[in-house]
Amino acid sequence: MTEDDIRRAYLEDLIRVAPDLDPAEISGADHLQDDLELDSMDVLNLVIALSKRFSIEIPEVDYPQIATLDLAAAYIAAQI
Amino acid sequence: MASFNMPSLGADMEAGKLVEWLVKPGDAVKRGDIVAVVETQKGAIEIESFEEGVVEKLLAQLGETLPVGAPMAMIRSSGEVVEETEEKPREDKAASPVAPAPTAPEQVLPVSPTARPGTKDIAASPAARARAGELGLDLAMLKGSGPNGAIVLADVEAAQPSQPTPPPERQDFLAEMRNAIAAAMARSKREIPHYYVSHTIDLTRASDWLSATNAARPPEDRVLMGAVLSKAIALAASEVKPVNGHFGENGFEASDPVHLGVAIALRGGGLVAPAIMDADKLSLTALMAAMRDVTARARAGRLKSSEMSMATLTFSGLGERGVDAMAGIIVPPQVAIVTAGTPRPTALVRDGALVAAQAVTLTLAADHRVSDGRLGAKFLTAIEHHLQTPELL
Repeated sequence: MTEDDIRRAYLEDLIRVAPDLDPAEISGADHLQDDLELDSMDVLNLVIALSKRFSIEIPEVDYPQIATLDLAAAYIAAQI
Repeated sequence: MASFNMPSLGADMEAGKLVEWLVKPGDAVKRGDIVAVVETQKGAIEIESFEEGVVEKLLAQLGETLPVGAPMAMIRSSGEVVEETEEKPREDKAASPVAPAPTAPEQVLPVSPTARPGTKDIAASPAARARAGELGLDLAMLKGSGPNGAIVLADVEAAQPSQPTPPPERQDFLAEMRNAIAAAMARSKREIPHYYVSHTIDLTRASDWLSATNAARPPEDRVLMGAVLSKAIALAASEVKPVNGHFGENGFEASDPVHLGVAIALRGGGLVAPAIMDADKLSLTALMAAMRDVTARARAGRLKSSEMSMATLTFSGLGERGVDAMAGIIVPPQVAIVTAGTPRPTALVRDGALVAAQAVTLTLAADHRVSDGRLGAKFLTAIEHHLQTPELL
């Protein structure tokens, strides 16, 4: 799986959690909570989706590492 | 034969637009079955039947906007014989579905924070004003059917009955929701004598227990601090009853079940607080699952009518990235709202020594017609008590 595939998958899961976001307007550095206004419930729903899709463990202490598209792409690539 | 009416889905609703029927004449329905989808200022809401029987006739048409209380369908209870003579009254009702229903519990406030120049002296509900603006109608040309001739949403819709309108843009939707919130909160502040008490609670045990519990769980079974706070609040409300219930025409009626409304902020502004039924009776894991479910449906705009109208107490948390404390405004007909600041390390005195400990400040706004500060303090202390034994939640 290429990094582009991971980024596409992350955006897909993010939009499913927050259907009112516009994927075209999300930049790689946008922070889930500070910029995209996700709350902790949305973040958890995203973690659930990503952990299922990639079959990876994302412990709570690692949540900061999926907080932006750029961070998450690197984190997920290292895990799979 | 019972008529199935447009329900009130909260203090800020005056009308709803029927967008989908999920039943047809001849279908059997039982309590809780979803019979229709109605578009409101809080998104699309799935309307549940509170009757049991067979759908006799659908009265409301798709696309029609009906005020709260207007008949939408006739439901024949099981075993009831069809009476041919009912045909005429049904037709009458079908012919005037937007007539103001006598049972409408809410009427519209002639208050508008966004009055347009030249129309601000005209009494009109915020929703009516927004809709008139959308349709390019002059409020001065409309006749109001609300209190003191105030123009309500149905009057605006009636003035433009046949014109199909495109779905409103999200900004318009949020502006309408803001107007609805403003009207409901203005009414709350005008009618309910609020009092406030607050308390900073040591969360060390709760957060340590939660971290340890979540570390052993896959993501789908993890629990958030918001659910822990909700459970403690629901348990305390089942013990300190004067904060839990509704204030109606006959004064306060305490509720035995605790249906906890949990406030969910919508992106771009706006707020909904769907109820988690029997929150005090759910296990923490089940309560968390219910909160996840309503959050997802609130985002997608698919909440149920019971969730919009049955909350007996509301909880609103600022989440992980907020500030120390927030005071709430009670959502009528409820009599109390608990708000939480962001849990964070705080300087606390423990056994005479200063310690840095994870803590949260809870604030209670409650109705002075029902209780007083002493009772409010007892309620917050009961919440604190439950948070010190998180394993029992």
